[in-house]
Amino acid sequence: MREKPGLLDYARRWPLQLWMWLVGLFLYAPLAVLVLMSFNDSRRTTQWRGFTLDWYRKVFEDAELVQALMNSLTIAALSTALSVVLGTLAALALWRFRFPGKPLVDGAFSLPIVVPEICMGVAMLIFFARVMPWPPGLPWPLSLGAIVIAHVAFSFPFVAVVVRARLGSFDRSQEEAARDLGASQWQAMWDVVIPHLRPALLAGALLAFTLSLDDFVITFFTAGPDTLTFPVKVYSMVRFSVTPKVNAISTLLLLFTIILTFIALRLQARAETEQKH
Amino acid sequence: MNNGIDWRRSLTGFAGLMGPPLGWFLLFFAVPMAVVWAYSFGTNVGISDIEISGTFANYARALEPLYLGILGKSLAFAALATLICLVIGFPVALAISFAPPRLKTWLLIGVMLPFWTNLLIRTYALIALLRDEGLINHGLELAFGWAGFEPLRMMHTNFAVMVGLVYVHLPFTVLPLYAALDRLDRSLLEASLDLGAGHIRTIWNIVLPLASAGIASAILLTFIPVLGSYLAPDLLGGPDSQMIANVIERQFKRANDWPFGAALAFMLMYLTLFGIAMQSLLKRRERPE
Repeated sequence: MREKPGLLDYARRWPLQLWMWLVGLFLYAPLAVLVLMSFNDSRRTTQWRGFTLDWYRKVFEDAELVQALMNSLTIAALSTALSVVLGTLAALALWRFRFPGKPLVDGAFSLPIVVPEICMGVAMLIFFARVMPWPPGLPWPLSLGAIVIAHVAFSFPFVAVVVRARLGSFDRSQEEAARDLGASQWQAMWDVVIPHLRPALLAGALLAFTLSLDDFVITFFTAGPDTLTFPVKVYSMVRFSVTPKVNAISTLLLLFTIILTFIALRLQARAETEQKH
Repeated sequence: MNNGIDWRRSLTGFAGLMGPPLGWFLLFFAVPMAVVWAYSFGTNVGISDIEISGTFANYARALEPLYLGILGKSLAFAALATLICLVIGFPVALAISFAPPRLKTWLLIGVMLPFWTNLLIRTYALIALLRDEGLINHGLELAFGWAGFEPLRMMHTNFAVMVGLVYVHLPFTVLPLYAALDRLDRSLLEASLDLGAGHIRTIWNIVLPLASAGIASAILLTFIPVLGSYLAPDLLGGPDSQMIANVIERQFKRANDWPFGAALAFMLMYLTLFGIAMQSLLKRRERPE
């Protein structure tokens, strides 16, 4: 069925369609090549020499790389847990209370979102070098503490934004009803408000996890010489050589990101349909 | 409008909710930032001691031609990258906002997915394409090898940095543009087209003015992160394509001149804060409440 596109049907006019394909190519071709070359049976990353999974085996044989990946996943998990708690508390406080200086606090909490990463990285470097040195030689995972602290500092405001958007759709009369029926303030919060927030908590958690896993600059500045994290390790590999091993590890992380993104979108879609009912 | 309960009516509740996040923010964000700020007025005493002497010497040095030049270049890079993102992104945002709902969701995912992907991986993907022996040169050689084709030198140039900046930040432009265009009143566009104006003229005379606040906000949301970019100039650029973030990094990791690095970092902060102030002004104008 090829009818004439409607008046405002810009998405179906050929110049725009062509443009969309070109932009799509620009955004995805580099990533597609990266994935493809991770299966290439050649050290040189330009010519196709046949399919192999060798590079993936080499990734898992590289103990340092696996350790770095474990560190990063641990950091992301810890940072996510703390960020969700702090972000939710912040969102609830700003939603529930009226207090002097509220716009100031509100604005201040959005600062870590917009401050350039390099500035925050520098701040963390100085802070953990001079103000509050993280004790060296702590057992794992405590040795990752400084990085977790830095990640929470820039992640929890993102969670707060997501949770607050969800609080906007909360019907306060539900909470009042719970109070009328004898629930204490905390009970009402825990049994009525928090369940309403569940999709936002999950979305916020996924966001915090991705932010932590993706961060390079701040981790680069916060990490001591003895803590190896995944982006820092990959960075040094990228700096010194371009090998299909980097392609393989990147493909794995890419796959992980795609899965997380789709889970987040599914949750969001479900929350939206829930709201309509 | 009900703006919540007064904090004095439930002091413990307020402290319980607000205390932890505010404490974390103050201790692990505000204090470190304040220390950097203080250091920007400091002097190196000995090898590792820094005295906060209240000097403006670091800022004076940051305003010397060499560093002012790098700052100017960063601003120019950010402006050009933002412009390119805008030119590439506007038709994309337009097409997405007028797409049928199912397609729209997929297109939005398509724009957002690279946005969620690790920055390092995206930059690395570009290296593999742009290298002397990379895919683009390889393809060109296959096509033009008979004519004595010499590989193009793209890596470690300003060109590569610009490609990287645009590649990484395109979603930052498309998403706010889409949000602005999606809010437009379609009947105005239909009226313009019905009355005989062409598509280009309608976009120029109706869409652009109506979406101007949204476009301005997309510009700032792209410009601010580009300005502070570290990885693209570091991995794709050459010695003459360093941006302000790279110079800051060098002061801390190699040159070991923390006070000067702190002053440079705060120059970047001042510019960023100025941008944010503009952004919130625009937002207020966009939705007068």
